[in-house]
Amino acid sequence: MSDGFSENNSKGVNRRAVLAGGTALTASLFMPKNLRAQDFATADINTTGLAVTDDTVTIGILHSVTGTMAISETGSVQAEKLAISQINEQGGILGRKIEYIQEDGASDWPTFAEKARKLLVNDKVASVMGCWTSASRKAVLPVFEQHNGFLYYPTFYEGLEQSPNVIYTGQEATQQIIAGLDWVNQTKGAKSFYLLGSDYIWPRTSNKIARKHIENFMEGCEVVGEEYYPLGHTQFNSVINKIRLRKPDVIYAIVVGGSNVAFYKQLKAAGIDPTEEGPIVLTISVTEDEIRGIGGENIEGAYACMKYFQSLENENNIAFVKAFKEMWGEDIVIGDVTQAAYLGPWLWKAAVEKAGSFDVDKVREASPGIELTTAPEGYVKIHENHHLWSKTRVGRAQADGQYEVVFETAELVEPDPFPEGYQ
Amino acid sequence: MFADYSMSELGAIFAMQGFAGLILFSVFVLMALGLAIIFGQMGVINMAHGEFMILGAYVTYLTSNLFADHLPFLFGTYFFVAMIFAFLISGALGLLVEWSLIRHLYKRPLDTLLATWGLSLILQQTYRSIFGAREVGVSIPDWMMGSLPLTDLIEVPINGIFVMVLAVSISLAVYVMMFRSRWGKQVRAINQNRVMAGAVGINTEWTDRLTFGIGCGVAGVAGSAFTMIGSTGPTAGQLYIVDTFLVVVFGGAGSLLGTIASAFSISQAQSIMEFFLSGSMAKVLTLLVVVGILMIRPQGLFSLKLRK
Repeated sequence: MSDGFSENNSKGVNRRAVLAGGTALTASLFMPKNLRAQDFATADINTTGLAVTDDTVTIGILHSVTGTMAISETGSVQAEKLAISQINEQGGILGRKIEYIQEDGASDWPTFAEKARKLLVNDKVASVMGCWTSASRKAVLPVFEQHNGFLYYPTFYEGLEQSPNVIYTGQEATQQIIAGLDWVNQTKGAKSFYLLGSDYIWPRTSNKIARKHIENFMEGCEVVGEEYYPLGHTQFNSVINKIRLRKPDVIYAIVVGGSNVAFYKQLKAAGIDPTEEGPIVLTISVTEDEIRGIGGENIEGAYACMKYFQSLENENNIAFVKAFKEMWGEDIVIGDVTQAAYLGPWLWKAAVEKAGSFDVDKVREASPGIELTTAPEGYVKIHENHHLWSKTRVGRAQADGQYEVVFETAELVEPDPFPEGYQ
Repeated sequence: MFADYSMSELGAIFAMQGFAGLILFSVFVLMALGLAIIFGQMGVINMAHGEFMILGAYVTYLTSNLFADHLPFLFGTYFFVAMIFAFLISGALGLLVEWSLIRHLYKRPLDTLLATWGLSLILQQTYRSIFGAREVGVSIPDWMMGSLPLTDLIEVPINGIFVMVLAVSISLAVYVMMFRSRWGKQVRAINQNRVMAGAVGINTEWTDRLTFGIGCGVAGVAGSAFTMIGSTGPTAGQLYIVDTFLVVVFGGAGSLLGTIASAFSISQAQSIMEFFLSGSMAKVLTLLVVVGILMIRPQGLFSLKLRK
């Protein structure tokens, strides 16, 4: 699975179109233009023996392209390759083209660790774009810390982590949860919540934060039920009856994977239709990607709380969606994590250029404060704690599988991976 | 927990919960019948059972696209056509697999476990290569979605009723084939004594192949029906396989009646506990009870008396 080759792996890619999209996207940005390789002697910008030559720099892509998680991680791989090809079209980083070595984590956490070690020790990659589940991140973390690698991690996750060797380009839990709960309370008058999730760390931690927020910070609001089902559970009729019994204003659902499809189909079949009067369905686990499996008609009317929706109408995003579709096909959809994965190579480029070096220690030092005005989600900035400042948005699912954005926070939300009062 | 509710509300909830249990029962029966035929009658442990189900689901997906593109006015009825296709295609693949793989392993039953597990990995990757890693959305005709209000308070999901009807019909069909047809008599004869069955002129090879094919075909129909309630993706079959084996083993290999009884008891236990406890806890308790009973009665609930 390791195919080390450079820039476009053009699957019928129209390079000029990608270039056009790319330049529009980045024209305004990124410090000194036209950096040339000869201005930066390799010996100066790479003092730790990374895979940097006079005209290339090698990074790693580490995702599952086989196994259960391939469903989710494919989009991230595509986004990262798009970002790399766009950066190369613009002349690369410090005058060097990015080459990548892609490894397959195969949805197996020990494999992730093994491949991470291979990328860092054998291939000496300058940084890695990768991982998706928290389990895979936890598996590679010791490897990255031991060998001083640098990982860009794209998924929204439960927080409670801050590694010097990771930049978290997705939201940590409070960024995703709190603004959405406040919104549904203030605009919809929702008072009672039924928390539901798949039974593993992310839904449980997220619901814990949600419960604390509902009970301690939202006046007169209560949690009327909290429940978890094993991953892969496909029968939700019992819980739907329980929800009917408790009559919550909001069903707060963090169901993932194949269970997601079963849950929304059975919810609709049971006569709880989010387009009609009745409980509001609010989720933080369904992106446009998942809707393809669920079917737009089955989830129409439900709300999702994310930082990015494909339907965002800003110049950056329009160019991004266009370039993405040109590279990967017209019928592709882009979810929250895919966009966060796209930020990885750009944030790394900005940090390397600010540091004037590929050395991991210098890149780490340069990272806090890095801004990206070209992000499809708008403007993002790296916080001291290695997470991103970003906006929280609420979208309403449409029958065509897209979200209509109905709310966004006025300000960027500060990342807070160790929220006080929520643990 | 029930203090705040009126009697009629409680009655309605319990009625609906009863239906939920019956739907779960039907789902289990559909999942397990195909495997029960293969495991029970042939002793082959078919780890690729889930993948045969998903083949049925993909066939349904293709059929729905076909109808949407070419016969939109018949879209409401495509599901029945899809189920027939699912049976034929999954069954045909079953015949092929039996011929190319299983028949070489009859004398090594444990190796069939390994071989069919390998087969399941191959099939998963094949689906992934053909249909993509992402789940596909199967559009269901409108009349099959939504719920049927029985009274003001009681609503029953239509797809649940559909699954129940289907489970009953397929069980009846399997019963008739097994106990009223020539093929069924041959299968049972082979099951009791393979050598003697061969000696009296039964074509044991062909009967085996057909049995495997029919088991896989039934799995395909189940998969087709499950597009209404679950997901269709390359690895979705894995979601069903554990429950399926649980039902078949608990019921007692070799007994179709046992499979149905076991599906009924497991589904009722699970759905009642899910209502009063949390989902994960219900699953844990169900598994514990099953393990406990199997320790006391390793042959399962029902078992045939065989001449060993």
